[in-house]
Amino acid sequence: MLTVPLPRIGTWDAWRDAARACIAARIPPEDILWNYDDGAGELFATALPPPIVRGTVKVPADFVDMARWVVWHSDPQRFARLYAMLWRLRLDKGVMADRADPDLAKLRQLEKAVHRCKHKMRAFVRFRDLRTGGPRRSFAAWFEPTHHTLEPNAPFFARRFADMDWMIVTPDVTADFKDGTLTFHPGQTKPDLPDDATEELWGTYFKNIFNPARLKVKAMTSEMPRKYWKNMPEAQHIPDMIANAEARVRDMAMAAPTLAPARVARIREQLQDTPQPASWNLLTAGLHDCTRCPLHGPATQVVPGTGPQNAPLMIVGEQPGDAEDLAGMPFVGPAGQLFDQLAQQAGLDRRQAYVTNAVKHFKYEQRGKRRIHQNPDTPEIEHCRFWVETEIRLVKPRLILAMGGTAAESLTGSRKDLLKRRGKVEDTPHGPVFLTVHPSYLLRLPSHLKPDAQDAFVNDLRAVVAKLAA
Amino acid sequence: MSLDRKLAILSDAARYDASCASSGTTRRDSRDGKGLGSTEGSGICHAYAPDGRCISLLKILMTNFCIYDCAYCVNRVSSNVPRARFSVDEVVQLTLEFYRRNYIEGLFLSSGVVRNSDETMGDMVRIAQRLREEEHFRGYIHLKTIPDASPDLIAQAGLHADRLSINVELPTDRAVQAFAPEKNPVTIRAAMGNVKTHRAASKDRSRTGKRPPKFAPAGQSTQMIVGADGATDATILTRSTGLYADYNLRRVYYSAFSPIPDSTAKLPLIKPPLMREHRLYQADWLMRFYGFNVDEITSTAQDGNLDLAIDPKLAWALANRDHFPLDVNRASRELLLRVPGFGTKSVGRILTTRRHRTLRYDDLLRLGASMKKAQAFITCADWTPGALTDSEGLRARFAPPPEQLSLF
Repeated sequence: MLTVPLPRIGTWDAWRDAARACIAARIPPEDILWNYDDGAGELFATALPPPIVRGTVKVPADFVDMARWVVWHSDPQRFARLYAMLWRLRLDKGVMADRADPDLAKLRQLEKAVHRCKHKMRAFVRFRDLRTGGPRRSFAAWFEPTHHTLEPNAPFFARRFADMDWMIVTPDVTADFKDGTLTFHPGQTKPDLPDDATEELWGTYFKNIFNPARLKVKAMTSEMPRKYWKNMPEAQHIPDMIANAEARVRDMAMAAPTLAPARVARIREQLQDTPQPASWNLLTAGLHDCTRCPLHGPATQVVPGTGPQNAPLMIVGEQPGDAEDLAGMPFVGPAGQLFDQLAQQAGLDRRQAYVTNAVKHFKYEQRGKRRIHQNPDTPEIEHCRFWVETEIRLVKPRLILAMGGTAAESLTGSRKDLLKRRGKVEDTPHGPVFLTVHPSYLLRLPSHLKPDAQDAFVNDLRAVVAKLAA
Repeated sequence: MSLDRKLAILSDAARYDASCASSGTTRRDSRDGKGLGSTEGSGICHAYAPDGRCISLLKILMTNFCIYDCAYCVNRVSSNVPRARFSVDEVVQLTLEFYRRNYIEGLFLSSGVVRNSDETMGDMVRIAQRLREEEHFRGYIHLKTIPDASPDLIAQAGLHADRLSINVELPTDRAVQAFAPEKNPVTIRAAMGNVKTHRAASKDRSRTGKRPPKFAPAGQSTQMIVGADGATDATILTRSTGLYADYNLRRVYYSAFSPIPDSTAKLPLIKPPLMREHRLYQADWLMRFYGFNVDEITSTAQDGNLDLAIDPKLAWALANRDHFPLDVNRASRELLLRVPGFGTKSVGRILTTRRHRTLRYDDLLRLGASMKKAQAFITCADWTPGALTDSEGLRARFAPPPEQLSLF
């Protein structure tokens, strides 16, 4: 029988080194006694020390990640269980992938318990200010973890509280962080820490963030078990909070509605908007509240036109796309960018034109996380024509450029034979309308047709520029 | 007014915000010794109140003075609750002192609207800026943005905060107009779109490969109140699917309408069952992690509301028994995720383990599956449910026993 002593501080390194040596020497699990913190006593003191063997032992990384945590569990069998698993892994590397293996399941269960204990320590340690008055502030805490988790957990506190000195005392081990250096010492009994006034404030917060109308005591205790309460300053308030909750809710329900305080009238008056005189403002206000068709529901926002209010040219597109819907501006997506590029070639300055859409809300179909564009139908175009007409009345453009079938339908009443009608001016009740295709049509064409189509579009735009100059 | 009294008033006013997440932001620490705090991926719940909600962040209002009159809100202008206002310095000191004692993960700051939106938002941004730039605070900051505030302020807020959120308040636009007359659903949506655009832009590298500064790395979330208006669960879930897709939200929080002190006559204090909120969260999870779509979940809902007695996944399985029983040793991941009692983790474990051998009933227990639920819907090497899958009494095995009505 081989006895391996394991210290309380530095358990992981000691176990790993010993396990490495034993497995290299092919010592079977039943021949090793793991003596944690001299718990086995004098009886086995005469046993052999572990042999010194050179060479490496290969072990799956999964196992090391798991063992690194399992060694801190309070189960006295943990070292033997880990070594037995190591012994099996020698011959069967696949065990780590078999989540239903009883030995592995037990080890995973221990690992999970240590992780939970580690997490609860991170959550429930409560520091008290020691007010030592040095250049660095100094804090200390007393904590009673279920497992031996302080040592693997202390680096977390060092990363978080690096600009102050702190000490966490447990019955097992003490972690001391001073001037940026972390050291471990034997455990102590509960130290006498000075009172900290901030604990009162924290208690006030705890009492007031609680909503008495939703009492769920079990949900609280499953996440914050009672064993932790004695070291948490806020927990002393819990019994009262639970006891008074019902009465507080009853009082809320019984209380008659009160009269509003006097300042309300004054504030309401300030909030009253002065009526908007100009029709441009009416247009904007009306557009934002528009519910003429169902498209206002799913869309982010209405996308009004932009540009000079007395522009000689008005450009009407189809409807906002995904990018326009989020930005609240027309023609900023891929089709808008292509239009800008081609307009520049044709010598048309978009900033001199009033740019808008025949339909002001984005119509789309939800497919997973994507919003796929859909053509607006006739009733939707009809409803939105009201706004296009208002815009035309206000801008009074000399020429309207209608791009694509939807704009053609809105302004001329028909979207038929657009490719035959393009490049010409049609007289309508709204004034002269120049028809052409929509830039998104150019984006969708197969690439060998694109250059010709783009040239034709640029030619249309040149014709528009010429008509405006005439 | 003492700091203690202010804290009491302003945390009391903040308790109706359900969001508490402190996870999913960039990794930071203070090992350089110059600052305070760290964030490491997963959040930490530092305490739990008897309402079952976790306390992770210091959740306070900057002020509970407000010029709006939202019927569901305890801080509305017409309410007679006591009012208070924190100074910038007080919020900064409270956050740091609480953080140093390991009470909290960071700050969740919200506010009533005083004078105008820009001024209120400006103060909130100033607090975040001071914590980050002067105090070198590296913990978590969540700012509740005010939808009407200028886009510049929202842009600044995103540079300091880990998460931004804007509440849609109620599931339908009509309800917002009825109960929050000064709020505009369109402005709320536009503000969320604005945050989404900023976040997308912050991910584009420039031509030289330089990254722009991070913008709200933990994303944006929103909250809606459940049970204050007549909206059904189907309406609510459809709305939240839209919100997730349209604005890439990390989370939609559902908050059961809760009785408030000094309530208004406009909105009677009906208390919706807390179970309804729970079922909505379960449905939300099914849509985000289990491949369910909203129609599948709401198809089992009678009159548009989810079954309160059993969870939505079980309800779907009971209504679609023709898909079951599934062979655990052969079925695809997508189908296994539909088995009641199997979570994403146990499905992952089933898939890795069955590559090595055939799974038996006891294996599934050790994998962490809840077999009490799952057994009616699966077959494996040594288990078949027989007539159980199609038996009429299957629902009764899971639903709580019917209660006899009291005669008195």
